[in-house]
Amino acid sequence: MSIEVRIPTILRTYTGEAKTIEGDGPTLDALIADLETRHRGLRERLVDGDALRRFVNVYLNDEDVRFLDGLATPLSDGDVVTVLPAVAGGAPRAVPGTA
Amino acid sequence: MLTISSELVDSIVAHARADHPDEACGVVAGPTGSDRPERYIPMLNAARSPTFYEFDSMDLLRLYREMDARDEEPVVIYHSHTATEAYPSRTDISYASEPNAHYVVVSTRETGQAEGPFEFRSFRIKDGVVTEEEVRVLAR
Repeated sequence: MSIEVRIPTILRTYTGEAKTIEGDGPTLDALIADLETRHRGLRERLVDGDALRRFVNVYLNDEDVRFLDGLATPLSDGDVVTVLPAVAGGAPRAVPGTA
Repeated sequence: MLTISSELVDSIVAHARADHPDEACGVVAGPTGSDRPERYIPMLNAARSPTFYEFDSMDLLRLYREMDARDEEPVVIYHSHTATEAYPSRTDISYASEPNAHYVVVSTRETGQAEGPFEFRSFRIKDGVVTEEEVRVLAR
């Protein structure tokens, strides 16, 4: 099975600057473990403990995997997984003593 | 240095005012590698908060696919602060994930939705380090 994985600019240090890498696995979790064997450190940027990181968006074809099964989402041959870091931020809290 | 047209500055400030007191956010796309902000793309703040912004995840996917198809990249990523200064906060810095973008912060703390003084500042944020840069506004 071959899954195409699209990697955002900020994670291309793990892929030798490649925008697209290939991997395999029956689920997203397995795919990420497979990618880690060739791109060490990538998993840590995507997963925290046993869940996808809150501010990293992962899509299976046209859907955000949060609305599917997260890391347990099953994959099929020919699927395209896209990773996009969230675009987010916030003003400092107006609480004295904190940033 | 950020070089940007006055029309784009006006659009960004108008967006910030319209969404006040919630934070406004968006992108100005430009041809890949050009460093020219050209196409103004206001985004929905899915957090709808006076102290947080986040692009909706599906809006984000559509945006990146569209920019990819047009051979564009996000030259400016902007958002507003509604009660604090136009300077990146700790969360702004920790979530900044486009190393080549100009991060523009606008503050509407002085006038809210009305016309009047505003702050419009631009920064580079790379590897957790913030560097303010000059903004050169091109006259009409």
